[in-house]
Formats: sequence, structure tokens, C-alpha cells
Amino acid sequence: MAETVVFIIFAAVALVGAVSIIMAKNTVYSAMGLLATMFSIAVLYVVLDAHFVAAVQVIIYAGAVMTLFLFVIMLVGVDKPEAYGAQIPAQRIMTIVVAIGFFAAIALAGQAAWVTGSDAFGTPNLNGTAEAVADEIFGTWVVVFLSTVMLLTIAALGTIALAYFQDVPAEEVAE
Amino acid sequence: MTVTITWFLLLAAALFSIGVAGVLIRRNALVMFMSIELMLNSINLTFVAVSKELGLIEGQVAALFVMVVAAAEVTIGLAIIVAVFRTRSSADVDRLAEMKG
Repeated sequence: MAETVVFIIFAAVALVGAVSIIMAKNTVYSAMGLLATMFSIAVLYVVLDAHFVAAVQVIIYAGAVMTLFLFVIMLVGVDKPEAYGAQIPAQRIMTIVVAIGFFAAIALAGQAAWVTGSDAFGTPNLNGTAEAVADEIFGTWVVVFLSTVMLLTIAALGTIALAYFQDVPAEEVAE
Repeated sequence: MTVTITWFLLLAAALFSIGVAGVLIRRNALVMFMSIELMLNSINLTFVAVSKELGLIEGQVAALFVMVVAAAEVTIGLAIIVAVFRTRSSADVDRLAEMKG
């Protein structure tokens, strides 16, 4: 029963946050909506017994990624109104139709493909502690883990390259 | 009334659809980027829910790897947005039309 109440509350918060990302005029409010959604998803991970993933979700997404987003919003400027003029006619209505159709397609496909049919949710012996996850990552998936190390190094190098090596002066590119 | 995996999967599908709508409807590069992050998060929720349902820890490992890829993607993407903004003073994707044929 407690699970149900927690799920309903935080699913509602996640959905409201997600809608506010795409509806808010101010980019900062979009970032706040994303923050609410990420926190709610972290709580849902706890409901799903994925405690380590929940902790990582809060630290990386709600901490690092959101800080980076807010920092870039601060750099790019928060008070620039978005130009809605140059859109395709009826883009909003078409987008809503596409999104609802996409949701219906996922739901139908999932209903067709999900055939395990176990009525008891989850197995009691699964517990996503740091130890259990680390056993798996550093055992079976150690090569994948090492390639993510390379990926992060390359991402850091790419960011440095983007920040420092801009050989085109701004005056030549600007319209 | 107990929570089943269907609820989690439907929530993840709804979040993914909202993310798709965000990429289609908004022209601000930052908001489009946030919508992409939302889609990645919904996929992670799917991974963890199925991991719980099947009793396999691999779903949570996959969610962690998706988070690493998303972190790398955020770094590069925001660097590109800042670099574009420095030369053009705009984060509007419709203004980046130089390669239009």
C-alpha cells in the first residue's frame, strides 16, 4: 500500500516536471522541471530496490548534470524570448498528435511483447546494493566499464578542443 | 491495489513521449537537450523496472552505463551550445541554417 502511494505521488511529480520542461517559457523553469523529474525517478528507483542506481541518479543527474545545465543557462542568458514565428504551421498540434500516437504505439507494442505474465512483482532476492552492482560491473562487464573510461576521457578532450581551438574569428561568422 | 511493472513501463513511455514532443516543439537548443535527457532517464526507468521484474541485476548495470554515456553527451553537447552561442549570440536552432541546400 505504501508503495502504491509513493508511486502515485512521485509519478505525478515526474509527469508535471516533464510537461513543465517543454511548456515553460523561461529556460530556468525548464531546468527546475527536469530537476523535479530526476528526483522523482530516483525515488522510484528506491521503490524498485535499486538503491545504488538511485544514489548515482541523485549525485550525477540532480547534482552534476543540473549544475552544468544551470551554468550554461547562465552563460547563454535567461532573458532571451524564444522566437515562435518561424515554425511550421500547426506544429504544436502535429507534435501533440505525434507524441500521443507514439505513447499509444509503445503501450500496444509493450502489451503484445510482454508475455512473462508473472503476477507477483519482482523477486525478493534482488537487492541493488553497491556490492551487488559492483560485482557485476567489475566481473562480467569489466571491458564495457573500461571503454566507458575511454569514452569519458575522449569527452573531456573534446570539450577542451571545443573551448580552446576556435580558429574562426567571431566577426567573420556573425551575420 | 499493488504497483506492478506495467505502471512503471507506462510512466516511462509517457515520459519518453513528452521528451519526443519537447524535441519537436521547441527551438531552443538547451530545452531540446533537456528533453533528450528526459528520454534517457525514461529508458533508465524501463531498464531498472525490468531488472526488478526479472530478478536480474544486469538491468541496473545497463542503467549505470546509460548514465555514463549521458554524462559524456551532456559535456559535449553543452560545449557545442556554448561554442555556437559565442559565435552567433543565439541558442535558437532555426538560425543554424548555413548548410541548408
